[in-house]
Amino acid sequence: MARGALIVGASLSGLRLAEQLRALGYTGPMTVAGAEAHMPYNRPPLSKDVLFEDASADPLTRLTFNIRPSLSDVTWQLGSPAEASDLQRRVVTLANGRDLNYDVLGIATGLTPRRLPLSGGEENRHVVRTIEDAVRLKAALLPGARVVVAGGGFIGCEVAASAVKRGCIVTIVEPLPLPMGRAIGQDLASAIKAFHEAHGVTFRLNTTITGLVCDPTKSMHLQAVTLSDGGELHADVLIEAVGSVCNTGWLAGNGLDLSDGLLTDNALRVEGRADVAAAGDVARFPNPRYGHTPRRVEHWAIPALTAKRAAQSLAEKLLGREPATKAFDPIPTFWSDQFGMRIQSIGMPGLADRTQLIEGELTSLGQPDKGLAMGYWLGDALIGAIAIGMPSAKLSEYRTMLTTQG
Amino acid sequence: MKICVDLEKCKLHGQCIIAAPDLFVFEADGSLHWIEQPEETQRQAALDAADVCPEQAIVIEG
Repeated sequence: MARGALIVGASLSGLRLAEQLRALGYTGPMTVAGAEAHMPYNRPPLSKDVLFEDASADPLTRLTFNIRPSLSDVTWQLGSPAEASDLQRRVVTLANGRDLNYDVLGIATGLTPRRLPLSGGEENRHVVRTIEDAVRLKAALLPGARVVVAGGGFIGCEVAASAVKRGCIVTIVEPLPLPMGRAIGQDLASAIKAFHEAHGVTFRLNTTITGLVCDPTKSMHLQAVTLSDGGELHADVLIEAVGSVCNTGWLAGNGLDLSDGLLTDNALRVEGRADVAAAGDVARFPNPRYGHTPRRVEHWAIPALTAKRAAQSLAEKLLGREPATKAFDPIPTFWSDQFGMRIQSIGMPGLADRTQLIEGELTSLGQPDKGLAMGYWLGDALIGAIAIGMPSAKLSEYRTMLTTQG
Repeated sequence: MKICVDLEKCKLHGQCIIAAPDLFVFEADGSLHWIEQPEETQRQAALDAADVCPEQAIVIEG
């Protein structure tokens, strides 16, 4: 088996890692291994338009990423997740038993949705992570279906909006007092909650799902969920949007810190190893822009940015390149579409201790041509902004504000 | 090198403007404007913009 570069994870981050290694001049053997049977595809639409659009085309065709000519000689090992690894011997073992040796290893194995710790009702329980998940869920979102969404984060709110568009009757069950509250702050979360309610979503807040009521003769068939407040909700469909777990089990036994993703240094190197770097959702890296605490950041722009930096680190080892000296201090950004309303975030709003409206009014949220923006401060520093229904040009304006202060 | 943007796909997220402000800009009316044939020195910026496009609407040819 040829050595060279091995990238484990064949989604956005793995693809970008491969591209960036080639862009840096690495022409040697490269293998990309992925758990899913598909070439890398774009995931954000899975909770949005894929669920509610009446598209006749196969969504996979539309969502598969363009593969650059520089990757034409890459070996793709798809359809089998990594199962084990030995970083001393430089070998990764896939679930199909195949051993892959490497000179440098890029880790981009991403996340798996967390499930409710309850059994039964499997036929009607859903998550949204893969294209198969989305296709299966879409088929279940029939007009009039009673849909319970566990978790009122961004994914939960997006799938709730998509389900309403399909004509479903939707309830979000969220343990915290507000949907998306931790990520965007109370004021904005309250306004977005009201916006969802005006579109027909029901919220059960400060509430958790404590049990599943299944068909007595067919335990796979879900009928209802029971709630921590003693209530019960009829459920034809249960969508579990209760966060994620990192796909790092295959790295166990190497003495790594896998407590929350994979701990890396600022250059995305895994525990100071010159031959192993991580990228994407799974990488827990310190960003000097936001203090010393290493964090995983599940935002849209992070896969491309971390892949670029991780590739530089691996190129030092592979090609003897000079180490990059500039600190890696990316500004995260992501968006969410809910009922035709676009929410755009820049920076790290979730770290703020104070929020203040910087444009528009909360009461006009969701109205056409009446955008608003919330600023997020930590101490005296503006660390994030969220714009809703604003022209995208504003986003770069806020980005300039974030980079030029103090 | 040529920058092609599929305006059927583009949903004006503005990620390209953040990644490559010298190549992409929003006009006063909110529409996207871009430099179709940038200098070779701008290749990396063009590729970065194509990478971060949420709709994957940007293709770099040549």
